[in-house]
Amino acid sequence: MSQLTPESATKHESSPCDDVLIKVQDLKVHFPVSSGLRFWGKSELVKAVDGVSLTIQRGETLGLVGESGCGKTTLGRTLLRLIEATEGNVYFDGLNITQANRNELREFRRKAQIIFQDPYGSLDPRQKIGDIIGEPLLVHNLTKTKAEYRAQVAELLELVGLNPANASRYPHEFSGGQRQRIGIARALAVKPEFIVCDEPVSALDVSIQAQIINLLKALQDEFNLAYLFVAHDLSVVRHISDRIAVMYLGHIAEVSTPDSLYENPIHPYTKALLSAVPLPDPDLEATRQRIPLIGELPSAQNPPSGCVFNTRCPIAIEDCQKIVPELRNVAKAHEVGCILADGYGPY
Amino acid sequence: MTEILQIHNLRTYFRGEDTVVKAVDGISYGIEEGETLAIVGESGCGKSVSALSILGLIPSPPGWIESGQIIFDGHDLLTLSNSEIRKVRGAKIGMVFQEPMSSLNPVLSVERQMTEGIRLHLGLTKQQARTRAVEMLETVQIPDADSQLKRHPHMFSGGMRQRLMIAMALSCGPQLIIADEPTTALDVTVQAQILDLMKQLCQENNVALMIITHNLGVVARYADRINIMYAGKIIEQGTAREIYRSPKHPYTLGLLGSIPRLDGRQSDKLQPIEGQPPDLGDLPSGCHFNPRCQYAIEKCTIEYPPFIDLDGSHRAACWISDELRTGAAH
Repeated sequence: MSQLTPESATKHESSPCDDVLIKVQDLKVHFPVSSGLRFWGKSELVKAVDGVSLTIQRGETLGLVGESGCGKTTLGRTLLRLIEATEGNVYFDGLNITQANRNELREFRRKAQIIFQDPYGSLDPRQKIGDIIGEPLLVHNLTKTKAEYRAQVAELLELVGLNPANASRYPHEFSGGQRQRIGIARALAVKPEFIVCDEPVSALDVSIQAQIINLLKALQDEFNLAYLFVAHDLSVVRHISDRIAVMYLGHIAEVSTPDSLYENPIHPYTKALLSAVPLPDPDLEATRQRIPLIGELPSAQNPPSGCVFNTRCPIAIEDCQKIVPELRNVAKAHEVGCILADGYGPY
Repeated sequence: MTEILQIHNLRTYFRGEDTVVKAVDGISYGIEEGETLAIVGESGCGKSVSALSILGLIPSPPGWIESGQIIFDGHDLLTLSNSEIRKVRGAKIGMVFQEPMSSLNPVLSVERQMTEGIRLHLGLTKQQARTRAVEMLETVQIPDADSQLKRHPHMFSGGMRQRLMIAMALSCGPQLIIADEPTTALDVTVQAQILDLMKQLCQENNVALMIITHNLGVVARYADRINIMYAGKIIEQGTAREIYRSPKHPYTLGLLGSIPRLDGRQSDKLQPIEGQPPDLGDLPSGCHFNPRCQYAIEKCTIEYPPFIDLDGSHRAACWISDELRTGAAH
């Protein structure tokens, strides 16, 4: 196993607490869309991510939750520069990756990896799984001999709970959960420090989901990995995260520890979201109050002015249409982007 | 309470490459007037096939109904002719499917799709059917119903499309609605709205509701009774409280142990069920769950267990249910 341990695991083990690996500053990602006929239609912008700042520590899991279309996947991919940022900076271990040149980027890609949602679409059906897992090793010249390469692939397969003898089989011979393990092994091949997990368990059955969650946790403990865990399932995110960021329409609404967020949600969107999550307990459910969200998610092409949530917010006041709220500390390690959060109004 | 649907020993098989896939293998259950029954199980356990069998929608070939009875409203649906079953399907039994986009026709207006069933089953004129459609859209809280009828399905969001499906399912005054994973494709806030709406409308109209889902966590609020399925068979039946409070079959225990809870502690480690669900064409001998079961004894690998009656309506098909009942196995 020692071969696979990233250097960071030994170098930084002593102080994982305030050791920032990723720092995102006022990140914006806008996509142009043309409306109407090509020559006459004016080009509009979809503001998928619109001014997000956050940090991720070494060895930490930051959960990112939000509903479809809130920009969480775009944010995750921009952190890896799979999507170019429109504005703002992303620092990885001090390097500004939005400005990085080819060589720097290549080195960065060895340290930061991604696991995708769909275990069917993300594996090349015509490659043997041994080749899928081994490809990053070849791209980054991480093994010197064929024997070493094969040993590494076998070790990776074993690490994620697959039989190394399966290396010469094809993806279609595996179930969804096993395929997700293959995707994890591929991400681990280059001994990364940071992995973006983009809805890694949403496509899986619940019993298999639990296997993959436990595997991700065990791997994190072993290699001191940092995760950005993107998901829409709040129960899963609460279970795995050290901190959780709630996203709505391109903005971060609230960032906190799981316990603080669950026991004391402050942003009205977080409250509504939490109240909608089902609990596997008929007696608790019978007495639970829902906070309904009014209306539909506004278009990201034309987001509401001021606070983007004001059109659906049960407590919005007039100022909410004018003031864009900034994330403010309201308690220890609990930031909220709502102007009513601490005594501004009737909150 | 009378049971409006009774299924006796239903077996639905499919021809595989060189095996017979026993997708549903001898299940029996009933659903009472106005109650909500949840059928829970993982991919490939036969839960959707059992619903499609009720509606006579099993593609044949490769599938066929080997044996069993499906008694609905006094008639065995399996003995009805195609034209007779068409009068039941969509009229007395409504359907809501998982993918609201693929179950609506993208090239027809909502009006055309909604009024088709209403005119066919209720024999109304075009104008009357339109009025009925507007009423139904209002019932499922789609604003501005009159003008929405002219629109096409792609102009609606996922949640709105599922509301359209519910409106269509209810439009002919059914006694039973079968909802197959109705909210799996939706966001959590929308999921809550849709399930609340379905439950409320079914209660108001005394319609029985069958919710098919893979996630035991979702239905606690809605289900009166629950059937848990594994590899083509029902392995545990009971009221929602019996299933959630004192699950007896090791598979049900495993399912509940696999769900992370929003109100749980982070230190609670998830207890996944190890291994994979079996291949339905090549089932393990004895209890189908025995290779993944941590309590399995020798008998489990030899003979399939019968249902053991526990308290009340609670039943589990497990050889060690007696020990499970007294708690000795935990």
